[in-house]
Amino acid sequence: MNEAVAHAIEISWLWLIPFFPLLGAALNTAFGARLQKRYGKKANHAIAVGVMVASCIVAEVAFWSMFARPAHERFFENHLWTMWQSGSLKVDLSFALDPLGMVMTLIVTHVATLIHVYSVGYMADEPAYWRFFLWLNLFVFSMLLLVMGSNFAVMFFGWEGVGLCSYGLIGFWYTDVEKAKAALKAFVVNRFGDFGFVIGLFILFWSLSGVWNQQARYVPEPGLAGPALGAQVERPRVSPAGVPLGPTIEFRELRNQIADESSGMAGRLGAMTLFGLPVLALIALGLFIGATGKSAQIPLYVWLPDAMAGPTPVSALIHAATMVTAGVYMVARLNFLFALSPAAMTVVAAVGALTAIFAASIGFFQYDIKKVLAYSTVSQLGFMFIGVGVGAYWAGIFHLMTHAFFKACLFLGSGSVILACHHEQDMRKMGGLREYTPITRWTYLAACVTIAGFPIASAFYSKDEILWKAFTARGLAAPWIGPAIYLIGTVAALGTSFYMFRSYYMTFTGKYRGGAGHEMKETEEDPHAMAAHRHAAAADRSFDVTAAAAEALAASVPHEHGAPHAAAPAVHEEHDHAVPHESPKSMTFVLIALAAASVLAGFIFGWPAAWGGHGPLLEHWLSPSLPAQEKVPFAELPRSTELLFQVIGGVLVAGGGWFVAWALYAEDRSTLPARLKAAFPRAWALVFNKYYVDELYDATVVRFSLFASRALYWFDQNVIDGLVNAVAAVGRAVAYADAAFDQKVVDGAVNLLADAFLHGGAKLRRLQTGRIQAYLFGALAGAIAFVIIQYVIR
Amino acid sequence: MTTIQLPHFLIVGAILFALGMVTVVTRRNAVGILMGVELILNAANVNFIAFNHFVEGPAKLTGQVFSIFVIVLAAAEAAVGLAIVLAIYQTFRTIDVEETDLLRE
Repeated sequence: MNEAVAHAIEISWLWLIPFFPLLGAALNTAFGARLQKRYGKKANHAIAVGVMVASCIVAEVAFWSMFARPAHERFFENHLWTMWQSGSLKVDLSFALDPLGMVMTLIVTHVATLIHVYSVGYMADEPAYWRFFLWLNLFVFSMLLLVMGSNFAVMFFGWEGVGLCSYGLIGFWYTDVEKAKAALKAFVVNRFGDFGFVIGLFILFWSLSGVWNQQARYVPEPGLAGPALGAQVERPRVSPAGVPLGPTIEFRELRNQIADESSGMAGRLGAMTLFGLPVLALIALGLFIGATGKSAQIPLYVWLPDAMAGPTPVSALIHAATMVTAGVYMVARLNFLFALSPAAMTVVAAVGALTAIFAASIGFFQYDIKKVLAYSTVSQLGFMFIGVGVGAYWAGIFHLMTHAFFKACLFLGSGSVILACHHEQDMRKMGGLREYTPITRWTYLAACVTIAGFPIASAFYSKDEILWKAFTARGLAAPWIGPAIYLIGTVAALGTSFYMFRSYYMTFTGKYRGGAGHEMKETEEDPHAMAAHRHAAAADRSFDVTAAAAEALAASVPHEHGAPHAAAPAVHEEHDHAVPHESPKSMTFVLIALAAASVLAGFIFGWPAAWGGHGPLLEHWLSPSLPAQEKVPFAELPRSTELLFQVIGGVLVAGGGWFVAWALYAEDRSTLPARLKAAFPRAWALVFNKYYVDELYDATVVRFSLFASRALYWFDQNVIDGLVNAVAAVGRAVAYADAAFDQKVVDGAVNLLADAFLHGGAKLRRLQTGRIQAYLFGALAGAIAFVIIQYVIR
Repeated sequence: MTTIQLPHFLIVGAILFALGMVTVVTRRNAVGILMGVELILNAANVNFIAFNHFVEGPAKLTGQVFSIFVIVLAAAEAAVGLAIVLAIYQTFRTIDVEETDLLRE
């Protein structure tokens, strides 16, 4: 049996995994509002959490039954029905789990369950409680479709579904215009990516079509047209190894066609061109554009920071742990395709590296704790793309997994902090929280240590594996690109360590700076509306406050809780605003679970090969799904070098970032940040305002789109409507003529006849005098006349 | 010497008929009209008797029986006609036939 060919095993109950969240969403949609009114919020979250637990259990059963099988049998499929068939396109509703999909499914179901539990506490004061949980369940359903779909169609359905749910959840508090705008932005930016995705998909499908002759050699056809109707074409669509060939949208069949060397498909795809461009690069880049939209990479990352307008559990679930990793997952899923095109791989890795460092640098000076985490997410996603770009697919997925844990933990920690500070997101209003929220503080610290990449914690294994693979990568367009990406990634990792510990020190150490009312924050204002200088000036003023906390308390003018920024409508008003408080147990439990997972997942699943022993468990587990893994070339370097790199990455980089953050921000004691900012106001404003990318997009893409839509509106109003109106005018003229003819001629004839009878009748009725004598006279006259006629004629 | 022959009777009948007819057509009084009708009927009777005598022979009685029937009929007709005239009078407060032109409608 050919090891490269994956044969599926039909498992009839896989559909239950996505079905349960759908069921929960349906129940809360249909009965949620009534249940909440009659039985309270318990009923809503009982449904939502219950279905998630059920889904988790099924996923675990699937995992263990997969675990029990040998590696080449770990391809589960569950074919439900064929949705439609048209020519060579056959679209099935079917689910598939292979080791890669299994890992994703476990991450999605388990992290989602934890976040559902967390939301019970976080959203306790939300009036539209049922709506939140129905969106959340629907999101998990869509995400599972995306992960488990056995073909592009089901995956794309989930791909769009998660976008929709993301839209619904970012704009959950849709009465706030800014949040509704953020939701719209996320949706529209994702459309740009989806456009690329669909184009890539079409080109892929097109490139697979063709005629296969007896020698299994491809005979290209011009375009999509098949052979003429009725033509006898010999098309053995099976390779010598028994792999069916031809157009397909099934991942496994596609994988087999490319992985099976006897089919010649890989070579054929490599030789094909479209408009003079290599088809493989076009496919891979089209799909990658889709990934940049969903996974927030340059140039389509702009929606993710704004997406922080959603409730914090949503940020944790969708915009950190699961949905945004869909792009990484997709590239890993199609590893066999991407590995064929070094150009595309180089683009993926380079975009990842640029995004990693770019987003990390923006994260340096953000004051909104969720914005810091958002840019951190963008940056970490960049690392994942470095991993899948250089060919270390398992490392990318490994980072995806550890990131899901530690970033969910960070986001949920920030949610706990935000709740503790009464819906305050500005870190300058926090500080000293370690005394009030010890559990949140320790879990946040654990996650910070993890993301910084200190040894033992899990990101150490995943990030260093990615960077090491980048350094040794030889499958890219040029050999120097790998080390260059390594350098960029290392600097980005240094930045990661810095901004994460900065956020930790600003939030948890020093003195509590909130509670004396809220003054105006520039983060509340529309960044587009504000000039850079005013920005810098306003920030300066409030930052001086940070430097001298006591002065700030005295100087700041107390006024009402900032209504526009209240993350939830009028919650926790009963608490004393001056004192932060720890979150309820349902939330801290989740924080502890995620912190434990983020610290421990690393050496369980990613034990480095350089340390001896069995090597990374996850790499071994994923290898059936990643046939390209062995084909991508890497430089062979001695183990001591790898250990050296780990020391650099784990100790120097993480420690360096931590030290700078500690020196500058710990305990509010250093005035250096304020002085540095005063010295370089322009540079600071540039970074603080995110390099004005939003403004750039506004000036170019958005303005152009608006202009184009206005032009099209004008065209529609004047030309299209003009044509329509002209046709209508002709119709009206004809109708007028017809009406005139009808009224004058047809009606005239009818009326003439009627008038003739009317007037005739009027005349004749004179004869009818009603006098018997007149009639008698008539009769007599008639008789006499007859007599006379009788005589005359005779 | 001239004897009275059939034409003389017929001329008398014709004159009677003509007078009756003129009465019926021209009189405005409903009772007058009824009287005209009587004249016409009697003109017919004269003719019946005359034809019976000169054509069938004096022994025959056919024409005479006919005229008896006509006289009975005339009596009945006069009764009905006067009842109608009475009804007309009660309705219109007149028996002038120029006024009673409801049949026109």
